[in-house]
Amino acid sequence: MNANPAYTGYDVQRIWRDFPILRREVHGKPLVFLDSAASAQRPGSVIAAVERYEAFHHSNVHRGVHQLSQEATQMFEAARERVRGFVNAASTREVIFTRGTTESINLVAQSYARTKLKRGDEILLTALEHHANIVPWQLVAGEIGAVIKVVPMDRRGVIDIDVFTACLSERTRIVGCAHVSNALGTVLPVAEITRRAHQRGALVLIDGAQAVPHQRVDLQALDCDFYAFSSHKMYGPTGIGVLVGRESLLEAMPPWQGGGDMILTVSFEKTTYNSLPFKFEAGTPNISGAVGLGAAIDYIESIGIDNIHAHEQRLLALATEKLLRVPGLKIFGTAPDKAAVISFTLEGIHPHDLGTILDAEGVAVRTGHHCAMPVMEFFDVPATARASFACYSRESDIDALIAALGKAREVFG
Amino acid sequence: MDLKDLYREIILDHNKSPRLFGRLDPADSSADGHNPLCGDRLHLTVRLEGDRVSDLRFEGKGCAISVASASLMCEAVKGKRRSDIAHLFGEIHEVFTRHDAPVPEDLGKLAALAGVRDFPVRVKCASLCWHTLNAALERSPETLNGPVKTE
Repeated sequence: MNANPAYTGYDVQRIWRDFPILRREVHGKPLVFLDSAASAQRPGSVIAAVERYEAFHHSNVHRGVHQLSQEATQMFEAARERVRGFVNAASTREVIFTRGTTESINLVAQSYARTKLKRGDEILLTALEHHANIVPWQLVAGEIGAVIKVVPMDRRGVIDIDVFTACLSERTRIVGCAHVSNALGTVLPVAEITRRAHQRGALVLIDGAQAVPHQRVDLQALDCDFYAFSSHKMYGPTGIGVLVGRESLLEAMPPWQGGGDMILTVSFEKTTYNSLPFKFEAGTPNISGAVGLGAAIDYIESIGIDNIHAHEQRLLALATEKLLRVPGLKIFGTAPDKAAVISFTLEGIHPHDLGTILDAEGVAVRTGHHCAMPVMEFFDVPATARASFACYSRESDIDALIAALGKAREVFG
Repeated sequence: MDLKDLYREIILDHNKSPRLFGRLDPADSSADGHNPLCGDRLHLTVRLEGDRVSDLRFEGKGCAISVASASLMCEAVKGKRRSDIAHLFGEIHEVFTRHDAPVPEDLGKLAALAGVRDFPVRVKCASLCWHTLNAALERSPETLNGPVKTE
């Protein structure tokens, strides 16, 4: 059964116990949390790291000479270095803290696309993007007269690399694509996408929100220009995320928000901007969030991201097999290379009803359009239910899901 | 919280076989309802005689609660005066949103929807059709605007 040697030592029960919230009950039933793709839960170590920071070290960063300010600054910058190492960014100057993936993409759209693109230039997106990788580009495109083009996907939810290449033109200036689709689980060939985009002279931004918690991400190997992700999908706090950008590009980009911390000198006539990464971090940052994100990376590395990946892949195969045995169940997103996300519908039961019935059984799944309405439209469904897995997900969670689906069938007859 | 309070027999029945489903053509007024959260969409057509809703139909796609609620509403308001409908809307709104509100006897079959108040995220599913009906009654056919939303 444990063909993968990396999996043999995986003690999921011990990992499950690291997450206090998983022990609670919902509607009198043990919680079965299958909505980690929306937001993952936090291990006790992350909760403790944030509390320790708040209780003993909090002060503003980069501002004071007093002890607490130095401690806070040191912890904040140590978190930046943890992030850099985790995704193998070239330097901490390239690691910008934001509020999350959404803000990271908006930063690039506002600071890069709005100032560097011209009327008629093309922004190339894929058909499976999250709204966060669509709307920021639309806001800018409308303003500057740029054109948004979309790479189609096939019925499995796959973006074919040759179809992608055919969509590149000499007017393509920037490509925005997900590393992993949140709605379908598809893993995109982002290294090859980047290579082909670069051959045509286009930059590449990758939305890595659904990839970083689940598989090794090596930005030196990927060679993309911008990579965005969120802390709360990788067992860290909400309200903090990261944009990693190529230093030469970031240097040439104007700040997109003004305020404290992003300046060197200010007079009413002229302001000189701070160096990277601070130029893009106006105002007091989410310090405790960064500390929590650093602790979340420590946690992931204590298990090993490759071990988490192997565990989730095993659950994905098992859950897919079991779900397909449920009469009337249809899975959306059947790419050969897939992350542990399963979107599905059950014939005769609207996903919203399904979500309510599953919830009554203690099983938390996402129902709705998953902030990917174009994907729903493509498959001609108003919504789907989505089960997603994380490092703490257990085989018994899959069984609980299957049992709850049986309950739904019972209610609806 | 009991699922049986939400998915009562009568609701499952109206979901499976919605009454007054379809579209009136011609109609005196119409409105679209949309709940973006769950993708519920419905289109309501209404015929008026004086201050009475002489006939109405709904069509669309949605969860069991939104379909059953629309079906039960259409049955309940057909042939009624605007003022009676407004009164009914007031009562049903209380029942949907106030946990301890008594369920008035004159609600009839609509009382079956009272279970939604224990499921706050589902209240919008049940009330979408009522907001859509309100919009249809407030509009004259010449001034139809965008869809009604419960999000």
